[in-house]
Amino acid sequence: MTEATSTRAPAGRPPILDYLKTHVREYGILLALIVIMAFFQISTGGILLKPVNLTNLVLQNSYVIIMAVGMLLVIVCGHIDLSVGSVMGFIGALSATLIVNYNIPWVPAAIICLAVGALIGAIQGYWIAYWKIPSFIVTLAGMLVFKGMMMALLAGQSVGPFPDGFRMISTGFIPDLFGGDGLHLFSLFLGVAVAAILVWLSVRSRAKEQKHGTPDEPFAFFVARNIIVAGAIVWLVYLLATSRGLPNVFIIMAVLIAGYSFIARQTTIGRRIYAVGGNQKAAKLSGINSERLTFLVFANMGMLAALAGLVFAARLNMATPKAGETFELDVIAAVFIGGASMAGGVGTIVGAVIGAFIMGVMNNGMSIMGIGIDWQQMIKGLVLLAAVIFDVYNKTKAA
Amino acid sequence: MTAILEMRGITKTFPGVNALDNVNLTVEQGEIHALVGENGAGKSTLMKVLSGVYPSGEYEGQIVFEGEERHFHGIADSEHAGIVIIHQELALVPLLSIAENIFLGNERAERGIVDWSETYRRTEELLQRVGLKESPRTKVTHLGLGKQQLVEIAKALSKEVKLLILDEPTSSLNENDSQALLELLVDLKHKGVSSILISHKLNEISQVADRITVLRDGATVSTMDCHAREISEGDIVRDMVGRSLSDRFPKRDHEVGETLLEVRNWTAHHPIHTDRKIVDDVSFEVKAGEVVGIAGLMGAGRTELAMSLFGKSYGDRISGEVYLRGQKVDVSTVEKAIASGICYATEDRKQYGLVLDQTIRRNIPLANLKGVANGVVVDDHKERIVAEEYRKALAIKCSGIGQKTVNLSGGNQQKVVLSKWLYAEPDILILDEPTRGIDVGAKYEIYTIINDLARQGKGIIVISSEMPELLGTCDRIYVMNKGQFLGQLPIAEASQEKIMSMILQKGGMAA
Repeated sequence: MTEATSTRAPAGRPPILDYLKTHVREYGILLALIVIMAFFQISTGGILLKPVNLTNLVLQNSYVIIMAVGMLLVIVCGHIDLSVGSVMGFIGALSATLIVNYNIPWVPAAIICLAVGALIGAIQGYWIAYWKIPSFIVTLAGMLVFKGMMMALLAGQSVGPFPDGFRMISTGFIPDLFGGDGLHLFSLFLGVAVAAILVWLSVRSRAKEQKHGTPDEPFAFFVARNIIVAGAIVWLVYLLATSRGLPNVFIIMAVLIAGYSFIARQTTIGRRIYAVGGNQKAAKLSGINSERLTFLVFANMGMLAALAGLVFAARLNMATPKAGETFELDVIAAVFIGGASMAGGVGTIVGAVIGAFIMGVMNNGMSIMGIGIDWQQMIKGLVLLAAVIFDVYNKTKAA
Repeated sequence: MTAILEMRGITKTFPGVNALDNVNLTVEQGEIHALVGENGAGKSTLMKVLSGVYPSGEYEGQIVFEGEERHFHGIADSEHAGIVIIHQELALVPLLSIAENIFLGNERAERGIVDWSETYRRTEELLQRVGLKESPRTKVTHLGLGKQQLVEIAKALSKEVKLLILDEPTSSLNENDSQALLELLVDLKHKGVSSILISHKLNEISQVADRITVLRDGATVSTMDCHAREISEGDIVRDMVGRSLSDRFPKRDHEVGETLLEVRNWTAHHPIHTDRKIVDDVSFEVKAGEVVGIAGLMGAGRTELAMSLFGKSYGDRISGEVYLRGQKVDVSTVEKAIASGICYATEDRKQYGLVLDQTIRRNIPLANLKGVANGVVVDDHKERIVAEEYRKALAIKCSGIGQKTVNLSGGNQQKVVLSKWLYAEPDILILDEPTRGIDVGAKYEIYTIINDLARQGKGIIVISSEMPELLGTCDRIYVMNKGQFLGQLPIAEASQEKIMSMILQKGGMAA
């Protein structure tokens, strides 16, 4: 019983500090990304943020981010999916078989691949949700099974190349409708528009909050957060626009991040996923169908892994038996660095994406600096550990 | 008499809060000293100071135990001195045997090798002392809560305990087990083990305590000697809440209307041992504006009945029919039960009631998310308004609706659970142990809410192990035992004795 300490609000502390303390994780992760980027920007002599490298960074991490979005929901739901790397590889192989070997046009082939991915996720989700088999076991089995199926499909060979249309998923850039010269005006326009919409949405939401009482977030934070987010978007897009504009895959990512963020935060299904992850028994007794949700979350993960497989295959311009190997670990690490809890019920899409970018920037920056893969692995491992220790430390201090 | 323990001028501050303010507590050699107070009064903090959880130096004041000033730096220190605390939530390892649990961390061993025959022999002795007839090899998971409590006490005895502290030992025990435990405490007292009993159950305290100390807002209010004069429950309550609760139950003025709920021939089997009937051909009804109680011993099948009715959340091979206003309704899933207007507030709010890591605001609309959503999109502002409304209506004490429910006191957590179900707008609300582990003031508020609901014409079913609670809140009481309804008593005829004798007579025959 700790009522004595908790029912009485600590007096005399400024609300800003209080707010900062309870939200240290959300701001901390963003701050960490900024610090890491600044560090590599300096230590690579400015190469990190060169438009060409930035484009590269986005392309290199697109599949991790696509999968991290799905994995966040899986982990919030209280599960884990170890099979995503293998599923991704398998779908890449499937797409190559369909498109290259059987000459099926790439659009229907891609749709078939996404459907197969969703089916794979659904099958795994079925055992996890309705038979209560631990997800660790089911997806560990899946990891082996789909890896084997990929190897069988490819028979040890790399299959390629793909037709141009398919390759454009990963390597193409959006057309400049405004015909900018040297600067990709349409890209810039999109970036500014998105930033403006985001600011407008958050101003509107705060105004509504104010009508019904005081908002949780101090005004200074509200302003600072909006300036930083909008500024970062515009600046990033500007950098990309000075090169070749926005890659197609950037648009895919942005849509996924925005869409899933909305689903997680603002829809009844998102609320239910968080409730199931936080306390499955209480959620069930509140009339929430936790089995169906779990099933859907895994089916969705399968589909996103398939999408990542397509993007990856398109980028390499072939399907290789090595594709997707250990990617599940990068994805899971990104989600945990982004503040999700192993126990479920906690985590945000944006956090997971930032987590993925932290991993991506470190990979990219250390490679530019010429740090060996051995050191890279060690440093990445320690960063993951540090992020989670920071979480646990905060939690015990708050309690 | 000499004092075994004197705590003098204990002051303990947390950042911004004075949790204990110059508290004095003296426990005489060979007495049962009751420590009472509302939740948050500082009882637990005081015991944490005593047992060394808050080490010496983190508080001001003196602890004198057996005539010597002591500075405990951890539980190991205080246990070594002979002070053992048994917490409300039992700390036994379910899959280990009784003997293994008793000597956990204190193994009968030589050079790291456990002497099992010595372990079992000593365990048998200890079990005899606490009056538990079980084999030392029985796994703790097979024991009921009452027996587990006895194992805890046996464990304390194994450590040569001189002062035993029990924190709400009977909060989850039925009457029989509670009585057995209290008798054991008296027995131990005669054998020289003093104890501090922390409890909300004032009748138990009046029964066994030699002296009573009341804490309020972190300060000692009074110490009463039960042998010097008759102490009434009213005296204790007045000191606890600082005002006189002339009546522990608010006045009821609702009117009972038409039949609302009718359950016919409800039967449910055990989920694993599927041929065992846990609920056996139960039929009952609830009228609009009526508060109906279900009395019974622990294990009578009351919770199981309620949960099987609520979307088959318990049991297997469930049969029977449910009618609401004469219409047959489908309650086969929780979703359907809620939709048809039947809701169930659990007895275990932490495990089954709340998503503890989430805020009050997120918990309240959980059973009726559609109410705060446009289509599938949750309307934040509607949610905020709803949460604020219930915070005010039920007087939930919190720093704001953004506070996580894990940080609320028991009574306020219970109010959040109630808010959740009220927002689901039920016709029939089943409340399972609605006031377990919460203090007198909060209990009164919960009873008031129950009465308000009845006044609105809802049907309320109250399941409670505290008979005074049923007698004080209900219009009619069904008595349940071994899965069957033995009969019903209108409140005018009901008494604790009648209910018990009903259970003992008819229950005995049914066995």
